[in-house]
Amino acid sequence: MDRPTWAPAGVDMERPSAARVYDYWLGGSHNFAADRMLAEQALRLVPDMPEITRANRAFLRRAVRYCLDQGIRQFLDLGSGIPTVGNVHEVAQQVAPETRVVYVDSDPVAVAHSRALLEGNDLTGVVHADATRVDDVLGAPQARRLLDPDQPLAVLMVALLHFVPDSADPAGMIARYRAAGAHGSHLVISHGTDVTGPDMGRAAVKELYERSTTPLCLREPADVTALFAGYELVEPGVVYLPQWRPEETDRPEPNPERFGMLAGVGRTP
Amino acid sequence: MSRPAKGIPEPRRRHLGLAAAAGSDTARGTRHGDGRDAFALAWADAVVGTSYVSMSRTEVEEHLRGLTDRLAEALFTEPFTADAARQVGAAMVGAHFTGTETLNRTIALVADELPLRLGLDRSTPWRLSALQGALAAGYAEALRQRTLDEQEAISQAVFVARDQAEQALRVSEARFRAVFAEAAIGMGIADMDGNILDANASLLDMFGYSLEELTRRNVRDFMHAEDAASVWRLYDELVSGQRDHFRVEKRFERSDGEVIWTHLTASLIRDDEGRPTYQVAMIEDVTDRHLLQDRLRYQALHDPLTGLPNRALFLERLAEAFDSAAEEDRIGLCYLDLDGFKVINDSLGHDVGDQLLVAVGQRLDACVSAPGRLVARIGGDEFIILMERSSSTRDVVAIADHVLAALEAPIRVREHELSISASIGLVERSIVGTTPADVMRDADITLYWAKADGKAKWALFDPERNAREVARFTLSTTMPAAIERGEFYLDYQPLVRLCDGQVVGAEALVRWHHPEFGLLAPDRFIGLAEETGQIVPLGRWVLRQACHQARLWQDRFGSRAPFISVNLAVRQSRDPGLVADVAKILADTGVEATRLQLELTESAIMGTADEPLDALRALSAMGVRIAIDDFGTGYSNLAYLRHLPVHELKIAGSFVEGLRASASDGSHVVDARIVGTLVSLAHALGLGVTAEGVETADQARRLDDIGCDSGQGWYYARPGPPERIDHILSDVR
Repeated sequence: MDRPTWAPAGVDMERPSAARVYDYWLGGSHNFAADRMLAEQALRLVPDMPEITRANRAFLRRAVRYCLDQGIRQFLDLGSGIPTVGNVHEVAQQVAPETRVVYVDSDPVAVAHSRALLEGNDLTGVVHADATRVDDVLGAPQARRLLDPDQPLAVLMVALLHFVPDSADPAGMIARYRAAGAHGSHLVISHGTDVTGPDMGRAAVKELYERSTTPLCLREPADVTALFAGYELVEPGVVYLPQWRPEETDRPEPNPERFGMLAGVGRTP
Repeated sequence: MSRPAKGIPEPRRRHLGLAAAAGSDTARGTRHGDGRDAFALAWADAVVGTSYVSMSRTEVEEHLRGLTDRLAEALFTEPFTADAARQVGAAMVGAHFTGTETLNRTIALVADELPLRLGLDRSTPWRLSALQGALAAGYAEALRQRTLDEQEAISQAVFVARDQAEQALRVSEARFRAVFAEAAIGMGIADMDGNILDANASLLDMFGYSLEELTRRNVRDFMHAEDAASVWRLYDELVSGQRDHFRVEKRFERSDGEVIWTHLTASLIRDDEGRPTYQVAMIEDVTDRHLLQDRLRYQALHDPLTGLPNRALFLERLAEAFDSAAEEDRIGLCYLDLDGFKVINDSLGHDVGDQLLVAVGQRLDACVSAPGRLVARIGGDEFIILMERSSSTRDVVAIADHVLAALEAPIRVREHELSISASIGLVERSIVGTTPADVMRDADITLYWAKADGKAKWALFDPERNAREVARFTLSTTMPAAIERGEFYLDYQPLVRLCDGQVVGAEALVRWHHPEFGLLAPDRFIGLAEETGQIVPLGRWVLRQACHQARLWQDRFGSRAPFISVNLAVRQSRDPGLVADVAKILADTGVEATRLQLELTESAIMGTADEPLDALRALSAMGVRIAIDDFGTGYSNLAYLRHLPVHELKIAGSFVEGLRASASDGSHVVDARIVGTLVSLAHALGLGVTAEGVETADQARRLDDIGCDSGQGWYYARPGPPERIDHILSDVR
């Protein structure tokens, strides 16, 4: 039976959550036995997982800095997860203290934790919503309070869209978020892909995710590029995670496809 | 992969230099600054990728350069204390250098590189060990704290999230609870054994029980004696999981004994595995609607004036009586109609008429009412009494007598003392082989008979009488089509001249070959045809047919051809078109008028107005012969006879019969004298005489002796096809 939208979902600690598994791989302790069990199972299949998550986190940091350099001062972080070190507002407000950030997640625990962490920071807000329900997100009081539709907006979909199946119309969803900001808005995407690598464990990871609250939907590079419809891709386009505008002091990654994650940033013309 | 210090870009070198200058000993700091930079770079190389820190590589180097300084300070400060190293370990965790490999590599690097890079005196290795230990301890302590903090934070978040979810659930439950509690429709929940678990206020109100009283009861306690069997069959199907819901109309008894009518919807609630868990009833009180329906039904089925059941209800009960009857059951109907009611209504007004009907209704109801009996007002002044399971015809006769007696006493309406009576048609018979429509129709017919018999009479249905009437009715309605279909034909009986036995004429006699009733003699349908007026077209057909035959004989036998004699009914004789019809038929067939004789009864000719006589005179003037049929049986004004346009008398067979009687009986002498007188009289008036019913040679001889002109009867020939006449005439020739 379908739950009516006004009837709440329960909080089930027995099922692993993608946000807490991610936190575990990043070395955090915001997780529970069920999360760690899934994380460790995944690690046996893809031992690089912590490195991949760190690289994803580093990409987020570089992308936010890039947007700040482009003059963006408001961010919408969809699927923000458990606030670990280097949150968007930390990175952004370090550079531009006036930057406003709205975090969005459907995981009630991640949301509760985010709220606790951000208490007192008036320039940030946390929305408990499913990112695919654009009206719920943009219509939330925190989003309406903090986001100015007349200013360019950076919409972050970092490690988010591989949890959004085609049946949920990610392109339509992106288009509606695109309309939420003024000219010069940005879209930041990192996305799991399965076309490369000898890494046969990925399918197994995908299967693992099926058991979590958030199943996995990997996409090919062309499909990820297509998600930027309506945006102009900034250099270097859609590339593997470490290849997107690395810091000059970063050691060059000889085998970037082993990360299995694509990244890109687009800008509305 | 290590990077040489000289490879560091200029701005960063300056920055590092500034950081080094911040050291306590400027000279030594400067001296050792490059060493510290080199250590920080090596440190960064060693740990990059072992932990996630939100820093660029450059920022990592800067951060570690700062920590290197603090390690250096600790190492060189007198008196020696390793506390700073403890803080360095904590600072690493603070920057999220939380990977265990980060600590491993750091400790190793401190041992391997730090003395070298900082020019540390090899004589104090204990200081290095203390530094390593303090760093590791500080790191472990901070990491433990961080882990606990994060676990605390995430647990707290879970509590909050759970609390919010539960609160939302409570709100949601409260909402559902409110829907349940406040709903205007009665709702109740029971387990699968039928034990009532909960009920809302509407249901308690509807049933008049408290929740405690209700929850002590079982669903099956609410079985009502008059529940349709299907209700509990559906219920059994529900609780056995065979159906998920049903909807019925059902009676319930309230705690105060009052019966309420409801619309009941029962649903099955299943758990996640699909097992039936609860049953939910939604009950809507429709008693008012039901009462209204009852009232509307009552109004639809009762006569508003007398309050008696009306025709619709009577027919319904009659149909039910047939449906529920056993094979040996009988049924009786008394169909009654007030005599002269119209006169009362017309003279005293409808209001008085209505009051009279009310009073009659009351009397009928009082004297008839009993189980299995129903008095209904069928309409107007007609009432009907239904007797279910009557034992014999005596029952309905008794009722009819009872009713007639009950109506004998005058009925007082205002100042009027009204005497009223009724005619009653009775039908009483076995149910088997009849239908409601049959008994109704027969009662109606019987009432008509009773009416025809006069006031205050009952008539009992008589199937034979009915059959006759039905046959008459059938004949009268089928006659016009029968003429067209050629079902009628003519037989001819010779009229014989007594003196020489010559056939001089032939009487045409109509026959009806009915497809259902077979061959019919004229007495079966001529009277009926007279009643309905069908005699006029039928007579015209007979006349035309007879003339056609006369023409055939005329052509064949010339002057020896017999004249044709055709009976004319009373109604025909009064038909204004008679003369024209006869003239036209004679002209059409080419028959000489003198060869046609029309036979009329005495009553048709005498004692009537002048018009028929005018017609007869006209016919006579045309040359048509007029005969009086069955002369002697009616009122015969002999004196009047001579004023009439008559040519022939046909003496009734009853006189002729006397001529046949044996000599021992003297009556034949009387008859012979009468016939003789008639013949004399006729001859005196110039009329011819034909004797009917001549059956023996003796009779023929005597009639001839008397002087009678012609004879007709079985002695000569029975009526038959025209060919028989042909034969006779041919034989003679």
